[in-house]
Amino acid sequence: MSRGYEEAPEVLTNGAAVIAHNVRRSFNGRDVLKDVNLTIQGDEFVALLGRSGTGKSTLLRILGGLDADYEGDVLVPQRRAVVFQESRLVPWLRVAANVVLGLRPGNGGRAALRARGLAALAEVELAEHARDWPLTLSGGEAQRVALARALVREPQLMLLDEPFGALDALTRIKMHALLQRLCARHRPAVLLVTHDVDEAILLADRVVVLVDGEIALDTRVDVKHPRDRGNPAFVDLRNQLLKELGVNEVDVAPSLLHAVSGGDRQFHRQDPEKI
Amino acid sequence: MSVIDLVSRRSTKEDEGSNSIDVITLEHPVSTKRRRRSFRVPRIVRRTVGPLIVVALWQWSCSAGVFTSFEVASPIAVFDAGRELWSQGVLQTNLLVSLRRVAEGLGVGVSIGLFFAVLSGLFRLGEDLVDPVIQAARAVPILGLVPLAIIWFGVGELPKIFLIALGSTFAIYINTFAGIRGVDTKLVEAGQTFGLSRWGLVRRVILPGALPNFLVGLRLALVGSWLIVIVAEEINAQSGIGYLIMQAQTTARTDIMMLGLAIYAILGLCADALVRLLERRLLSWRRGFVGA
Ligand SMILES: Nc1ncnc2c1ncn2[C@@H]1O[C@H](COP(=O)(O)OP(=O)(O)O)[C@@H](O)[C@H]1O
Ligand SMILES: [Mg+2]
Repeated sequence: MSRGYEEAPEVLTNGAAVIAHNVRRSFNGRDVLKDVNLTIQGDEFVALLGRSGTGKSTLLRILGGLDADYEGDVLVPQRRAVVFQESRLVPWLRVAANVVLGLRPGNGGRAALRARGLAALAEVELAEHARDWPLTLSGGEAQRVALARALVREPQLMLLDEPFGALDALTRIKMHALLQRLCARHRPAVLLVTHDVDEAILLADRVVVLVDGEIALDTRVDVKHPRDRGNPAFVDLRNQLLKELGVNEVDVAPSLLHAVSGGDRQFHRQDPEKI
Repeated sequence: MSVIDLVSRRSTKEDEGSNSIDVITLEHPVSTKRRRRSFRVPRIVRRTVGPLIVVALWQWSCSAGVFTSFEVASPIAVFDAGRELWSQGVLQTNLLVSLRRVAEGLGVGVSIGLFFAVLSGLFRLGEDLVDPVIQAARAVPILGLVPLAIIWFGVGELPKIFLIALGSTFAIYINTFAGIRGVDTKLVEAGQTFGLSRWGLVRRVILPGALPNFLVGLRLALVGSWLIVIVAEEINAQSGIGYLIMQAQTTARTDIMMLGLAIYAILGLCADALVRLLERRLLSWRRGFVGA
């Protein structure tokens, strides 16, 4: 049985960045993941939806190499980066040092590494905070630093575990736009764990829903960019996903769903050819 | 015109129109006293006020005849004794001897405490092997070891340094160990995913995370080491501040005895200031509450 890239470094995957086959994980005899099968293409943006406690983080941790006690086969690329719900910046390292944490200086030496870190910070528009302590940042800024820390590694696979869950609605809208820009530029494979149906539809090429330890639904998002929450295709998909998650339409007040829709128009996934 | 004037003018006008309006008393969200901070007494001045008051009360009680000069020497008498001993060269040499003993004992004690704290903090096996031994040794009163230390190490410098090292090592061990185990596992995990090596993790994440606790331990160790050096020097020594105090006892020189104690007090203050300085420099990343 192969366990990630270490033992099978040269598997040809036909352009897939993640292959998970019959993945099982149990805690104290209770199966959290029963039989998960998931393939993600090299530049695909996949959103993983599921109710709280269904094992989304568990799956992400397995893919990220943070959990070795699973059964089944998993293949992931060598360059992976994780962004967690909490930024997990090291408080006693300056912002710039956090970004390049764990990277070894290459041919250019330390100066080149520092420049790389600063460039990544500039991409998330935080260059002027390079010398700051992480604890002085706001929640949104800290999360952008965490994004920069992930991106600077030029990951082939980005694993995002509810990265915007703790942010306010306005900041989240900005972060969505930023994430779309960054993904269009770097084109990693992305697995975004979220429990926010609208966020999944806005950002992803494909949405998978985890129910009872298995992928219960796996669907492409065929909503034209720029995606608008009022678009009938958007509404249909949202209803389908909510139903899969066990939420009836009548349970959801429309005002809640449209609470932040005023900012929608600024979303459009940038065409990679144009950049 | 201040805000208060504005508010009161408007409300009197409205009162004329109708008198059925509920009156709401307004106030500043924080008292104006707390907001006006244009004049602040420097920290260092504020911190010396307390000790100065104590010295003043001490001098006053001596001058007023509450104590005889044999019972308690006045600050002025103590100061004169200090000048006398200094001019003889006695004070400097003995002070240096004591300082050196503390420095050496502390150096050994801190190193050993740190070594074992890291060992049992990082490795379960280390903890299982080391921790019970240290917990048991910690329960032994160090001053009870003085006679044994003399048998083992003779009457030279070694027994004193041994006792001081022993007295400081436990505070360092206990606090640093707790600090290492208290480092956020989420940070450790993040470090791992971003490719930090084991050593990198220890150096960049775990040890800096344990630093605040280590400094707490250092503070306790400093206090403890001065406590032990005085006892060690009083029991068995031909030099040091403790020796000076013992000598003064045989010649009934209260002023010199109190001089020795005053020196310990001042050194304690300096040691505390040193750790504070270290904390300010090393823990500047913390944005914690520092007091109003
Ligand atoms: N280390 C662990 N030990 C025991 N149970 C765990 C552990 N990690 C996760 N679980 C359990 O697995 C289930 C799924 O957790 P998680 O993957 O975090 O859910 P979520 O979908 O909300 O991210 C939960 O019931 C949780 O209690
Ligand atoms: Mg989770």
